[in-house]
Amino acid sequence: MVSAEEYGQFDTAWCPGCGNHGLLACMKQALAGLDLSPHQVLMVTGIGQAAKAPLYMNCNMITGLHGRGLPTATGAKLANPELTVIAESGDGCNYGEGGNHFLAAIRRNVDLTLIAHDNGIYGLTKGQASPTTARGQVTKAQPFGQPSEPFNPMAVAVAMGAGFVARGFTGEPEHLVGLIQQAVRHKGFSLVDVFQPCVSFNKVNTFAWYKQRCRKIGPEHDPRNREQALALAFEFGEQIPIGVLYENDRPAFGADLPTLARGPLARRQLDTAALQDVLASYL
Amino acid sequence: MPDTSIVILVGGEAGQGLVTVGQLMAKALVRAGYEVVVCQDYQSRIRGGHNTFAIRTGVDPVYRPSEKVDILVALDAETVALHRRQLTPGGIVLADEAFDLGASAAGLNCLRIPAKKLAPKAAHQNVLFLGVLGSALCKDIGLLEELLRQTFAKKGAEIIDQNLAVLRVAYDWTAAQQYSFACMPPAPESPVRQLMLTGNEAIALGALAAGCNFCSFYPMTPGSSVALTLAAKAKTMGTVVEQAEDEIAAANMAVGAACAGGRCIVPTSGGGFALMVEAVSLAGMLETPVVFVVAMRPGPATGLPTRTEQGDLNLVLYAGHGEFPRAVFTPGSVEQCFSLAHRAFEMAETHQSPVFLLTDQYLADSFQNVAPFDLSALPELPAPLLEPEDPASYKRFALTEDGVSPRAIPGFSTALVVSDSDEHTEDGKLTEDLGVRVQMVAKRLGKGAGLAEDALAPDYTGPEGADVDVLLVCWGSTLGAALEARERLEEAGRSAAVLHFAQVWPLNEDQFLPLLEKARRAVCVEGNATGQLARLIRQETGFRFKDLVLRFDGLPITAATILRGLESIL
Repeated sequence: MVSAEEYGQFDTAWCPGCGNHGLLACMKQALAGLDLSPHQVLMVTGIGQAAKAPLYMNCNMITGLHGRGLPTATGAKLANPELTVIAESGDGCNYGEGGNHFLAAIRRNVDLTLIAHDNGIYGLTKGQASPTTARGQVTKAQPFGQPSEPFNPMAVAVAMGAGFVARGFTGEPEHLVGLIQQAVRHKGFSLVDVFQPCVSFNKVNTFAWYKQRCRKIGPEHDPRNREQALALAFEFGEQIPIGVLYENDRPAFGADLPTLARGPLARRQLDTAALQDVLASYL
Repeated sequence: MPDTSIVILVGGEAGQGLVTVGQLMAKALVRAGYEVVVCQDYQSRIRGGHNTFAIRTGVDPVYRPSEKVDILVALDAETVALHRRQLTPGGIVLADEAFDLGASAAGLNCLRIPAKKLAPKAAHQNVLFLGVLGSALCKDIGLLEELLRQTFAKKGAEIIDQNLAVLRVAYDWTAAQQYSFACMPPAPESPVRQLMLTGNEAIALGALAAGCNFCSFYPMTPGSSVALTLAAKAKTMGTVVEQAEDEIAAANMAVGAACAGGRCIVPTSGGGFALMVEAVSLAGMLETPVVFVVAMRPGPATGLPTRTEQGDLNLVLYAGHGEFPRAVFTPGSVEQCFSLAHRAFEMAETHQSPVFLLTDQYLADSFQNVAPFDLSALPELPAPLLEPEDPASYKRFALTEDGVSPRAIPGFSTALVVSDSDEHTEDGKLTEDLGVRVQMVAKRLGKGAGLAEDALAPDYTGPEGADVDVLLVCWGSTLGAALEARERLEEAGRSAAVLHFAQVWPLNEDQFLPLLEKARRAVCVEGNATGQLARLIRQETGFRFKDLVLRFDGLPITAATILRGLESIL
């Protein structure tokens, strides 16, 4: 059995009290609980404070470009379907800069997991509105209040029929560990949007704010019922549901692709006879 | 050597099947043992407009399209009006008798075809013209019949028989007509069977020969056909081909796949490549081998989407923020598209850097005959490192003498492979230690020395050791036009040579500067408006070209372009 200790302990560059600390601990525990050793896991990130998370644990890692974690992770997973590939990044990275990739990842349904740190603010660039900042919230960059409607990742994911859609909160660590594990186990694209307060730049969505609102989804909800899931996705007020909103059994990308059935690309040998046939077709 | 080639130009609207006629005829000629070079000119539309498929063919090597026309196959009346002035004195027009050619046909040697009578169905018009053309060229009908059988193999016996019947009717009808056209000289006896490929097909095949197994792309003319060729052969070769949501995704997918052990190619054109530039820098920082194919078309912005230009050399040379090494290959022929695609992967894998293949619409779409490739003569590429010696102490960016670190692939051993786009330590993790920063810059740029050492010398064609009157300096697809112009100059009594850069970066001046300095006149020939290679050479060596021949109207440079340009220079 793999222990969370194998994922190591590192000094971080995060603020004391940042929600990222809790999420990092949950991630290690979740992976160890799945009996995955660090070398079996590839974490792929964009850029931002959230995207630093894999730096603080033992694992394979690609830190890519801001907004581009998902396509980079997609390429890696297609190259080696045997790896457990997890994309991890913030709300700005996934829902703003990388918005098109988020939509494409849901459609494509490659077997990877997206852990989206969602604190409703840009932390690394010091406090501008993110795609999930509430309308009207005042920031240094939006002194008259954030003028746009916030992005609703849950509703978009459910509406597009994503295979696994969940929301967690770092203030409910055991619950969050369970969500991460279910997401990684899910065959296909899985999304866990995680509330984790930014103590430095978001004075609205504080730990207490989330704690007061987050309500675990109970057994009365059928996550296979898309209409119910969609209704939950729009609950964002005095109560915000956390847990698995939606789940389905869409076949993961590549199930019907002969080119992926031949195993990891790194193990492939050039088939010279096949290439000769291909060349002969141009005679 | 006098020019004995002939040019067949098939013209018509998009959607009329002119590419089918042209491609089948070109293939028949290649199979008969002739040399072939094709120039496709098309408009950015699916139907209508005016498109052409020009085949230049002969017994001797044909390097490049020519502006003259010997046989004009007119699939519509407009083709005659637009191209009649290009007809050579002995040239002939093949046109449906139903076309109202009006005044444009006056004085033309014209064979009018009763198309409706010979083949009532519109779907058979292209095979009808193929039959007429084949007969006019005095080609063996058996070759055409075999081609049709192969072309329509999937459509069943009935369709094959119908098309064969139309071919025979058209062929026999033409043979019975009185018209004057001098047949081509016979092809050499028992020719070596040759392939017929476009530049982009050859790039795809060269990539496959190098073990390329991953292609991510977003469709853009004229780059897409590299991906389409790989997709068409994916079932046989196992290549993973993914159409991404945009070019940014395509480039980042390739970086991710390369980090995870794929051998990756990303085909695009200038505008798409502009979107990929940040990922190029990522490949530089993560020291990831990725081959980018940039098939140029005239810009800026959308420019002339289906025409040709060599305007993106600067873009590719400098793409990506920050400083990191790269190599840029610029194939001059379909054959070089194959060999340099292979070379691009070899360099990318050996020096763990992004490498570029810079081609253009003309070459991308140009069919040429090529001798079969000798796969056994190709060098082997470094294999992916699955199990590093001591996994526990593995460092992805270990400092080495030449800057190249053992590149392990994650997941195949207990080694942890960490790659950070931030400046990083040897073990791949983010650092702000400025001493390490300096070491890592030196490491990355150090690989540039290896790339420079491996740089291909430009090809020199001309008298050895002589001071030539004119040295034509060129890069990429301009090679053929320069070689042909050289022959014409030599015939006119001038000593001329060609210096062709099949690799424009890194430059190693020892390989070419003495030649530039020795020539009485060095003329740089480029398909752009500013002389980008000339500037690069000046920047790198101080050598200043006094004379440039440039073309930027969207059409390929021909020998005639160069000779006209030289008139005002010499």
